[in-house]
Amino acid sequence: MSKIFSRDSWSEILEALSSNWFRTLLTAFGVLWGIFILVILLAAGNGLENGVKQGFDGMATNSMFMWTQTASKPYKGLPKGRRYNFKIQDVEAIKQQVPNLRFVSPRNQLGGFRGSNNVVRGLKTGAYNVYGDYPEIIQQEPMDIIEGRFLNYSDINDKRKVAVIGQAVKTGLYDPGEEVIGTYIKINGVNFMVVGIYKKKSNGGGDAEEAQKEIYVPFTAFSQAFNMGDIVGWMAITAQDGSSITNLKEQVFDVVKARHSIHPEDDRAVGNFDLYQEYSKINGLFTALNFVAYFVGVLVLLSGIIGISNIMLIVVKERTKEIGIRRALGATPWSIRAQVLLESIFLTIISGMAGIALASGVLVLVNSILDGMDTSEMMFINPSVNIGVVVIALVILIVSGLLAGLIPAQTAIKVKPVDALRAE
Amino acid sequence: MGNNSLHVLKGINFNVAEGELVSIMGSSGSGKSTLLNILGMLDEADEGSYTLDGKVIKNLNERIAAKYRNQFLGFIFQSFNLINYKSALDNVAMPLYYQGVNRNLRTEKAMHYLDKVGLAKWADHLPNELSGGQKQRVAIARALASDPKVLLADEPTGALDTRTSYEVMELIQGINDEGKTILVVTHEEDIAHMTKRIVNLKDGIILDDSKVTQVRAKEAKEKALSHV
Repeated sequence: MSKIFSRDSWSEILEALSSNWFRTLLTAFGVLWGIFILVILLAAGNGLENGVKQGFDGMATNSMFMWTQTASKPYKGLPKGRRYNFKIQDVEAIKQQVPNLRFVSPRNQLGGFRGSNNVVRGLKTGAYNVYGDYPEIIQQEPMDIIEGRFLNYSDINDKRKVAVIGQAVKTGLYDPGEEVIGTYIKINGVNFMVVGIYKKKSNGGGDAEEAQKEIYVPFTAFSQAFNMGDIVGWMAITAQDGSSITNLKEQVFDVVKARHSIHPEDDRAVGNFDLYQEYSKINGLFTALNFVAYFVGVLVLLSGIIGISNIMLIVVKERTKEIGIRRALGATPWSIRAQVLLESIFLTIISGMAGIALASGVLVLVNSILDGMDTSEMMFINPSVNIGVVVIALVILIVSGLLAGLIPAQTAIKVKPVDALRAE
Repeated sequence: MGNNSLHVLKGINFNVAEGELVSIMGSSGSGKSTLLNILGMLDEADEGSYTLDGKVIKNLNERIAAKYRNQFLGFIFQSFNLINYKSALDNVAMPLYYQGVNRNLRTEKAMHYLDKVGLAKWADHLPNELSGGQKQRVAIARALASDPKVLLADEPTGALDTRTSYEVMELIQGINDEGKTILVVTHEEDIAHMTKRIVNLKDGIILDDSKVTQVRAKEAKEKALSHV
């Protein structure tokens, strides 16, 4: 065994491999190409994943949005088709009755897609989404406050008429360079003081522009100013890390149904959008993509390995006589087998390393090109593989080198010295 | 191949003492190569026994056979059987490599034997840069390298012209003079007479086994040259 790592074994191997350079290179190329494809595929999958998940960046993905629809079943003497509204008291009830919830944020909204102009400042007007919100919303829908501050609980408690406006609202209502903080805007005829400007992290999608055209005001002030009473338009609910909102949401619905006299089996009374489920789907997609990358990569690699195996068989055949001579001089079957195996592993690893190096080179190149571009709108960012993948690839290489050498090595030791020497 | 067994050797009984130089003669098909292969542990006899240096050679597995070949035997082949991508020196060092001798000692020993066959200057040459006679001398040096008990030569002069044949035989005689046991398979009368004992094989049995007066290869060579 100690012979495996001796200088002599290696010089034997190098001599054997360098005796036909061109063939060795061609053979090595098969494995190089396989590992290259594997790494590039994994990196590309990673890049796509990075790009798509950029849209979720900082977002509390363990969240759902919940709104009211019409009851579809009669219950307790109430007819079907009945409309109802969430109340502010529901929020407290949900918080108390459903465990493991991190945030329950009631929300109200004015305006909307293609709404009419609802915000006025001096001579300028604009149509914006206006939300009545609690301060927690900034953790559920992340945004950067680029000037001033976000809403806080003093605003809520004092029902202050303050507003945090989006970047696009500022450009729509203010002249460039104008001081924004402390000025007033009129929303549906009610004056709000601007206390902050936000910039939302890009979603990468088509509504990136729309996301900057929002105005956030305290929930309580919103209710009072726009006569909402204790009505809650919809809720954003986030579960704690470690428990998924998908499992908890039925409990939330049950609380709401009980409080609003809705049939417990009425599935259509509460509308919801489960972000976690969507996120899981995307995650699942990338797991599948990763699997496909491994599958394809390993198959391509396999053809390279079969090439190596094939060449080693030919080499063994060609060197039948040499093997016979070595046997006559006292080579044990094990030393012959070890030599063939080592040659095969050596060839596989060297060409695999070259493949990994080449793939890394290509990735560096692609990354340097991507770095020069604004990637916030792209679905492809930072294609890369981590060191773990490289280690896996190396393990695959060693194992496959071993496998590639196995059959030729067996063939080699089956050669009887007497037959080998007879072969002229 | 197949189930038909062919009895090549049909009862061979002979002893070789230490220091003998024996030639085994016979026409092709007489079984002389088979005998040599059995002696060389490259093949095994179906029946009978073979004792080498007091050891009964029987039911060898490949690993043990390899070890015995390495320690007890040196082979010289008709077609030299050098490894053609290795230098003369490396070829000679091969048996030592399989003995596990370290590199420096190996090179030193191999050089010694190359010098003994008069090829020290050619140590770095590849086999295809050498003449037939030189190749065979490298092969002899290789056979000697592991200091074996017995040298087995299978038609050592079969691929060489008369003059070179005599030179090789001269070398073999010299080695025998130093006390090494040598068996030579040949079908050439003149070569056989350069040994000390001739065993004649025919159809698998010993026809005749007699001591002869050795013809010194050096004299034979001079005689042959004077005819030219």
